[in-house]
Amino acid sequence: MALKTLDWASIARHPKFVELHHRKTVFLFGWWIFSTVFYFLLPIGAAYAPGLFKVKIIGNINFGYLFALSQFFVSWGIAMYYAKIANQKFDRLTQELIDELQ
Amino acid sequence: MKRLLIVFTLVFALAGLAGAADAAKPGDAAQAVLAAVAASPSVAQAAPAVQAPAQAPAPAAPAAPAAKPEIKANKTITIGMFLVIIAITLAVVVNSARKTKTAADFYAAGGGITGTQNGWAIAGDYMSAASFLGISGLISLYGYDGFMYSVGWLVAYITVLLIVAEPCRNAGKYTLGDILSFRTNPKPVRAVCALSVVSVSTFYLTAQMVGAGKLMQLLIGVDYKMAIIGVGILMVGYVVFGGMTATTWVQIIKAGLLMSGATLLAVLVGIKAGMNPIGFFSDIATNANIQEWVQKGVLKHPVPEAGFDYGQRFLEPGLFLKNPLDQISLGMALVLGTAGMPHILMRFFTVPTAQAARKSVIIAMFIIGTFYILTTLLGFGAAIHVTPQKISMFDKGGNMATMLLAQQLGGDIAPIVGDLFLAFLCAVAFATILAVVSGLVLAASAAIAHDIYVNVIKDGHADQHEQVRAARITSLCVGAVGIVIGIAAEKQNVAHLVALAFAVASSGNLPVVVLSLFWRRFNTAGTICGLVVGTVVSIGLVMISPNMTYPQAAADAAKKTITVLEKKVTDGGALSEKEVTDLAKAKTDFAANDGGTSMLGLKAPLFTLKNPGIVSIPVGFLAAVLGALAFRSRRSEEMFDELYVRQNTGIGIAKAVDH
Repeated sequence: MALKTLDWASIARHPKFVELHHRKTVFLFGWWIFSTVFYFLLPIGAAYAPGLFKVKIIGNINFGYLFALSQFFVSWGIAMYYAKIANQKFDRLTQELIDELQ
Repeated sequence: MKRLLIVFTLVFALAGLAGAADAAKPGDAAQAVLAAVAASPSVAQAAPAVQAPAQAPAPAAPAAPAAKPEIKANKTITIGMFLVIIAITLAVVVNSARKTKTAADFYAAGGGITGTQNGWAIAGDYMSAASFLGISGLISLYGYDGFMYSVGWLVAYITVLLIVAEPCRNAGKYTLGDILSFRTNPKPVRAVCALSVVSVSTFYLTAQMVGAGKLMQLLIGVDYKMAIIGVGILMVGYVVFGGMTATTWVQIIKAGLLMSGATLLAVLVGIKAGMNPIGFFSDIATNANIQEWVQKGVLKHPVPEAGFDYGQRFLEPGLFLKNPLDQISLGMALVLGTAGMPHILMRFFTVPTAQAARKSVIIAMFIIGTFYILTTLLGFGAAIHVTPQKISMFDKGGNMATMLLAQQLGGDIAPIVGDLFLAFLCAVAFATILAVVSGLVLAASAAIAHDIYVNVIKDGHADQHEQVRAARITSLCVGAVGIVIGIAAEKQNVAHLVALAFAVASSGNLPVVVLSLFWRRFNTAGTICGLVVGTVVSIGLVMISPNMTYPQAAADAAKKTITVLEKKVTDGGALSEKEVTDLAKAKTDFAANDGGTSMLGLKAPLFTLKNPGIVSIPVGFLAAVLGALAFRSRRSEEMFDELYVRQNTGIGIAKAVDH
């Protein structure tokens, strides 16, 4: 592929690219911020709200354990959701953009 | 290959189920295990590499242990397992060596690794002996905190997935330097970036090497130096001859073995608890050994306090992680540092497309997450069946918990099963170390050979043959240096090196990667400022932190003991035999340490956190931003469109080679 001949600036202004990059930015940084905040609730909560973490939910299993466990499922959930959106929307938009450029 | 691993897992799991069914006979594995051997002075130090960043529960100069029990693995079986693993991996190397002809083959396996393979390899690259032995050990000794500790290691992959994986695949070629030099002045950026990559890799590699030596010493009783040399030669062999392809396969094999071992052991624990999670937790809370351990061993209550549920306390936070700020700081370093780790970033250049990069992170997240959840079962299982008292007798950091559990539960079935299981886990630990160190050697040598030699010294003018030769020679050198440092650092406490690696990766590398990919105004000056300031500040803060050794603190502790004991004598009391020994030891300690200072001449730490992330990460970002604003570059801004389009769409990336 003759890369030097591509006009990157004009691709960057292409409406399809603008749409793609806008959607991606909102999605990626939005979920990144959510997951980070959710994660830091764990060390912050364990340190400053130990009472809450001690509350027994089922038998001897307490809130703290379930919350730590939920981190795994939330992370997996975000990953799966991202994969779905990326495979369906982002990849399609990218392909459309590439097709239009050719 | 992956199918083979799945079959492997199933066979093991079924064998475990079948065996556990008639496992009624009480375990007397304890006797078999307890072989009192002359104390290896630094077993507690196996913790560092084996343990996660700088959280070693600082055994404040323990009174000289008279005799330390040691795990007695069946040597013949263990060595047999080692040989099998070495043979399998060497076969992979021979196969990959034939295919490694170009620089792309060497550094990135020609971009021909599939998403699934890469996912297993990422997991294999990431789950060090720290995860495997250290975290289950922490859970077995400190309960809840150990589990909480492991969460950050998985959550870190959200950052990798959402922010860096796909853009890196689309924009880069072989190294971190490729991405950072895209729209900057390549020579200085590559040079500084290579320095940062080499320092991160060296810190991490040294910690792993020392851990490897200690672990091999502990498990099969080989001499520390021999263990380091053995591991070193193998890792150099994999990298020099097989490059990224061989390294990838070693990592995949290791991840498969590790998951098989952990699953099998977890199933055995589950069967013992009648496959009932509620019952399992109630077993923990009502276990007399755990209650006694929490009361006397952890909380140091000489007599039980009325109404205090010591068993339940084991399931609550705060037994191990005491400083919340340090904990948050560690979380920041993990969450951002993983995405800046050169050996992790490098794995995204091995797949052909951004889609494959995405898929590989997701697969890796499932493997790593499952593994950490299994670790809870192993840790709590070890606390119930082996008892924390016994685990801490073998190793203060709890690193032997998994091994003891395997030997005990296997031994319940038949003594030979216990031996086999222990030998298998020893072999897994060995494969783990090999996989992690090979990835690190490859990352460091890529930075030297590709960034510095080919692109700075030779100006990019080197043919394929010369590039591959340079890569092989640097790998050999990096490996040799790793062996030498590993041997030299035998007596050092290397816990801080892992913290350091994550600190530099999160404060030096990550800010410049993110700004480079997403900020138009970013440029050469910003990259260099960010890398240099982030690296220097994080190293500096660790050097003045409690991670370092402060002899004065040891002297003060000794002084206290002396005062107490001498007062007892002047008051007319008689000293017990133990107190006499303690007094003599305290006097020696005091004389050796009084007035002493840390490496930087400090009597006490200036910076009180073990993990500098909370300060150094913002400083790294700030330095990068200010540097970029101060020295504006039109060219960098014009080039942004190209980088941005490429990293978002993958237009213009090289075609993959089929493997």
